[in-house]
Amino acid sequence: MTAADPAPLRQRAAPPDTEQAGISLGRDAWRRLRRDPVAIVGAVLVLLFVAVAFLAPVLAPWGPTDTPGKDLVTPTNVPGPSTEHWLGLDNLGRDELSRVLHGARQSLVVGVVSLLFGAVTGSLVGLVAGSFGGRIDNLIMRLMDIMLAVPGLLFAIGLAALLGHSLTSVMIAVGTVNVPVFARLLRGSMLTQRSADYALAITSLGVRRRTLILRHVLPNSLSPVIVQGTLTLATAIIDAAGLAFLGLSGTDPGVPEWGRMLAETQRYLSSAPHLAIFPGVAIVLAALGFTLLGESLREALDPTYRR
Amino acid sequence: MPQENPGPPAETPEPLLRVRDLTVAFTQRHRRDQVAVDHLDLDIPQGSTVGLVGESGSGKSVTSLAVLGLLPRRGVRLTGSIRFGGRELLGLSPADLRTIRGKDIAMVFQDPMTCLNPVLTIGTQVTEVLHRHQKLPRGSARERAADLLDQVGIPDPARRLGEYPHQLSGGMRQRALIAIALACRPRLLIADEPTTALDVTIQAQILALLRDLVTDTGTTLLLITHDLGIVAGTCDTVHVMYSGRIVESAPRGPLFADPAHPYTAGLLSSVPRLDAPRGTRLVPVPGSPTDTLPWDNACAFAPRCTRADALCTDRAPHERTEGPRTLRCHHPLSDPAPDPAPDRAPVLAPGPVPPTATGGPNLLPEDVA
Repeated sequence: MTAADPAPLRQRAAPPDTEQAGISLGRDAWRRLRRDPVAIVGAVLVLLFVAVAFLAPVLAPWGPTDTPGKDLVTPTNVPGPSTEHWLGLDNLGRDELSRVLHGARQSLVVGVVSLLFGAVTGSLVGLVAGSFGGRIDNLIMRLMDIMLAVPGLLFAIGLAALLGHSLTSVMIAVGTVNVPVFARLLRGSMLTQRSADYALAITSLGVRRRTLILRHVLPNSLSPVIVQGTLTLATAIIDAAGLAFLGLSGTDPGVPEWGRMLAETQRYLSSAPHLAIFPGVAIVLAALGFTLLGESLREALDPTYRR
Repeated sequence: MPQENPGPPAETPEPLLRVRDLTVAFTQRHRRDQVAVDHLDLDIPQGSTVGLVGESGSGKSVTSLAVLGLLPRRGVRLTGSIRFGGRELLGLSPADLRTIRGKDIAMVFQDPMTCLNPVLTIGTQVTEVLHRHQKLPRGSARERAADLLDQVGIPDPARRLGEYPHQLSGGMRQRALIAIALACRPRLLIADEPTTALDVTIQAQILALLRDLVTDTGTTLLLITHDLGIVAGTCDTVHVMYSGRIVESAPRGPLFADPAHPYTAGLLSSVPRLDAPRGTRLVPVPGSPTDTLPWDNACAFAPRCTRADALCTDRAPHERTEGPRTLRCHHPLSDPAPDPAPDRAPVLAPGPVPPTATGGPNLLPEDVA
């Protein structure tokens, strides 16, 4: 598209490249993403994870609390994988595959809700800081620095313990940890965009500051936030599993949760390692999917990576 | 600063833009102020095309930003007077300034590749200013936007309205930016290096377009550039700026035919000419724009000037009028260099002074960072 304009401009016929017409940056990134094998692996993992979460009752051969193998399990013998129970049985005779599949729902809900909570709150905070600047910006960002100074998981543990043992408090805790991350990211991105040439050009047209920020600066500042969101979903799932492992996500045994499954099987680690391996693998795959997708999304959206 | 000439005669109507004694300084704690524009006087008459020429750092862009009130509020000291259409712009509230920007004064910037918002379509960006200042409803704003694109020579404007900036070439983008700037028929258009980021053939097209639009619409144009070649084909009057002050102002003809300030002459001889004999070497202005003296008690150009003598580093030259031109120089080229005229009696070192005796950055009394 950088061809020199020939002098008789009005005579020039429209180029036949209909493919070029109306391609936004988003669609450009989408095209790039489809060609990236890493992105495809990540997307497959993420889709698998989401599909399992939604279809768990259909896919799982047993319910999460059914105990089809309660006669096979003794305190000293927890059977491993077999043709009937692909991932083996747990210490109460429940089908491990069914529990892992049902656990995906918990992880997805916790991951998405805590991410949304953290990303929305953090972005609002960053938007306020980045829009007003000056003293407000300073005050907000120093608060965010204080939050960031405390190690994330420690902060989440403290907060979850404070809010009481429940899934909601885990989601709030994991979300809150991410607030300063998103606030800093959006604010920094907005500061860059506000000093961009187009921001000056738009200001020179007499556009109001509110319009400048909400209509021009904010949409241009969002792509790092989207990328960070995908990456944060991975850590949110891990963090939520960590809090559940520590017993902070409530104790309803009817709701399988990967982190809590790991915690419950600690005593059987030497005799029935499969009970730790399969939920662990599930956590790793879910987190890996979001990480791969997030990284390739970053590459697709970042203009410096463009070829 | 003391004015020797009492300004233009009273019967001339006030120019569209009248800048008086404008000083812009960037302040920093624990540092000396950086004076970007130094007691600048500038008149832009209604309907004229005025060129403001100077090297990087001479303060020309800062001047244009000051006129539009686009300089940051913190860290900038702004004094003097900027009157536009009889109204003082300095000290206007941000809300009042916003109603002037884009409607009465519009600006075209240097780099069309970065001056359009990449995530919005061209149409959205053209209609935005129409909506802002003329309160046009969406449909008619869209029609007007298509007219505007057509007016600046963008083919198939209806389709272009739906395209994003990255789908347009550099020249097309600059055309689109000019369309946006002219959307509300501003009285003054400031074009800050509008062709610097474009290749030469496109430069010529954009300049021709600006010239035509200015003639057609009667818009007053302030063209800021470092390139005298651009000024030569476009402007009625040219102001040459050096280190924050205007050192020579003249109508285009006399300025090019017979430059009076050594800096103007230096700029002219550093432009390649087609009619020059083969083998003619380009003569650059020696030194760099950082080799300046403060205007307070010296000529800022003295360290780089081949005609400088002790007088030039001793006191600031006053502005004086010679026919159609005004000039700020102790030893203009209209005077014979080695033999200063008798009215400049207080010359400390009369007679020929070898340029190297006072010129050259080594003899700076202090480091002017």
